[in-house]
Amino acid sequence: MSQPSISKSMTIGESGLAVVFAVTAFLCVIASAKALDAPFAFHAALSAAASLAAVFVIVNRYLDRPAALPAQEINGRPNYNMGPIKFSSFMAMFWGIAGFLVGLIIASQLAWPALNFDLPWIQFGRLRPLHTSAVIFAFGGNVLIATSFYVVQKSCRARLAGDLAPWFVVVGYNFFILIAGTGYLLGVTQSKEYAEPEWYADLWLTIVWVAYLLVFLATIIKRKEPHIFVANWFYLAFIVTIAVLHLGNNPALPVSVFGSKSYIVWGGIQDAMVQWWYGHNAVGFFLTAGFLAIMYYFIPKRAERPIYSYRLSIIHFWALIFLYIWAGPHHLHYTALPDWTQTLGMTFSIMLWMPSWGGMINGLMTLSGAWDKLRTDPVLRMLVVSVAFYGMSTFEGPMMSIKVVNSLSHYTDWTIGHVHSGALGWVGFVSFGALYCLVPWAWNRKGLYSLKLVNWHFWVATLGIVLYISAMWVSGILQGLMWRAYTSLGFLEYSFIETVEAMHPFYIIRAAGGGLFLIGALIMAYNLWMTVRVGEAEVQMPVALQPAE
Amino acid sequence: MSFWTRHQVFEKNSIILVVGILLVIAIGGLVEITPLFYLKSTIEKVDGVRPYTPLELAGRNVYVREGCYLCHSQMIRPLRDEVERYGHFSLAAESMFDHPFQWGSKRTGPDLARVGAKYSDDWHVTHLTNPRAIVPQSVMPGYPFLSQNEVDPDAIADHMRTLRTVGVPYTDDQIASASADLKAQADPENAGTDAFNKRYAKAVVRNFDGKTGTPTEMDALIAYLQMLGTLVDFKIYNEKANLR
Repeated sequence: MSQPSISKSMTIGESGLAVVFAVTAFLCVIASAKALDAPFAFHAALSAAASLAAVFVIVNRYLDRPAALPAQEINGRPNYNMGPIKFSSFMAMFWGIAGFLVGLIIASQLAWPALNFDLPWIQFGRLRPLHTSAVIFAFGGNVLIATSFYVVQKSCRARLAGDLAPWFVVVGYNFFILIAGTGYLLGVTQSKEYAEPEWYADLWLTIVWVAYLLVFLATIIKRKEPHIFVANWFYLAFIVTIAVLHLGNNPALPVSVFGSKSYIVWGGIQDAMVQWWYGHNAVGFFLTAGFLAIMYYFIPKRAERPIYSYRLSIIHFWALIFLYIWAGPHHLHYTALPDWTQTLGMTFSIMLWMPSWGGMINGLMTLSGAWDKLRTDPVLRMLVVSVAFYGMSTFEGPMMSIKVVNSLSHYTDWTIGHVHSGALGWVGFVSFGALYCLVPWAWNRKGLYSLKLVNWHFWVATLGIVLYISAMWVSGILQGLMWRAYTSLGFLEYSFIETVEAMHPFYIIRAAGGGLFLIGALIMAYNLWMTVRVGEAEVQMPVALQPAE
Repeated sequence: MSFWTRHQVFEKNSIILVVGILLVIAIGGLVEITPLFYLKSTIEKVDGVRPYTPLELAGRNVYVREGCYLCHSQMIRPLRDEVERYGHFSLAAESMFDHPFQWGSKRTGPDLARVGAKYSDDWHVTHLTNPRAIVPQSVMPGYPFLSQNEVDPDAIADHMRTLRTVGVPYTDDQIASASADLKAQADPENAGTDAFNKRYAKAVVRNFDGKTGTPTEMDALIAYLQMLGTLVDFKIYNEKANLR
């Protein structure tokens, strides 16, 4: 009975990837042996081990699988591919907690510097990129990949393109995170904010990202729906633009192909401008466009209402992506960057307020006729509050980009507070809301393990955000005012260290806020874990009614 | 055909949508970034700015590696309080050889664009080893391990060669003598200090960390900090010369 099928053979993808990974493993062993510095040797060894593991997994998967690849459709319904989505959702939760924890640690280090322990690997300067990368790229990135793979399949009514390709994307992306994160701890950084990974990690990310674009685009191309759904425009803009930004900001020349250190080709003022063109649009396209896609799919879905205005979403989309790209220079007000560039950046930043609020209105008004659900559904409440935070921080941003305001706010904690009202309130909450929807859907569960725990998560995290951002507002404005305070005799009133001392209580409050946010995420992880473990399976649509006997 | 009907071409064709996105996002970046590479007024002409010495470059790499830029800016804005607190506002030319730039975005600690020659080497050694030994309220991490790490003098020439490829004007002479220069700058007794001084104007030769032997990362970092903002002589700098 169990004779092997004759027609079973490796696909081109399977054999090709296995060979590529085998060669990569070999090259990485050589690189590890010839490495000039210890971190590079470690990363090369890690890559060699991962490549070997990949070969093993690919071959093993081939031996275990039936001769035919998974069907595109079963009984006329798309056979959705949930594996990579589950993986990315799990990793999102894992990195989220890791990232929030590192955030809490560095917040505490600023309040109690003894926590740096005089050790290189855990001092603030190395942990801070670990925090930002872990929350933005590891947590946020996995949420985006998981939701985009889900949304593109559902809204196109087509199975995810590729067999191994989606797995390559999700695992490859998380391997990039591993290389980047361990690199920071070992002092491997090119010091460009939010683009710290060195050249070899950048190259690997480029490969993974191209695969991501191809999987996403190929799925859209084979869609069964005539129209491409709005959320997919935003995902597409996010994927395409991040690719452009990544390539534009990171061209670097390694000192040696066997060493981690490289020098960026851009220098001085041009490097500053390219960096903040990248940096602001990492916010604009990674943390905004991508998560707006989540808003456009998950809020209507959860509220069971159509999007408020289709035309508004068209305007929102094009205006947002056109205007955002100009806003970078507002990070460089009053610097050596030419005035014309600063003024352009400020002008477009202020204009950006409009599409941002257009999008917010589109999200919020989707609730029309369903506002009562906010009382009963804490997941929807989380999604809606995230949009409210989006509205708040996209008002604050243009305000801070005005040069006179910026002269006070720049270099202070106000910026940190602004970033976190967007990051914790908008990106965090919309991600939590999406994961609370996605996990039961992907694992085929009737619903969440406990809505009560979602409610707890909501309130604990909200309290944390309020503590965080209000502490940073006060400390930032206080700091800015103290720096420019003069005595009646015309001398600067405060030495720098007096302003540092004044920040101490606010740094403690901020750490407490971050701690609450972390506790909320732990509650969430428990809830999702229990949903998967003990949740009741959803009864799938009955295939056909059986005639009575 | 209405605008909304025309828009369907994007909604129904993924490739056209991708091309549309690419065109729309290209405009802003092209308008803001490309002129910075050819407009002559972008970087003013200033005397005195030179590439980093081998030891300073090694120190700068330590600065980058430890993430100093996350708490210290190197960009003094032309605002009254900043100019009084830190010195003359930063010029574009002063960071023209910086790959990558270190302007920073946050001042948890003070700006460092002109920290050079403000404090003694001893002050820096003590402060970097344990900031609270000198400034009790400081929240800066301690970096005692820098004194233990030696800098490899022979590795630095490759770094300078790489920087030359991306546009930093190191001469053949400077690259050939990189290893010797690195040792000479941290050792006033060294026979090569005169030749070193000829190659790098205004470079300071001192035993920065006060210890003999191969230069440490402490030497390198302090050599870098002590040169920051010292290259341009603002007594003779003529602001008007660059107006056009």
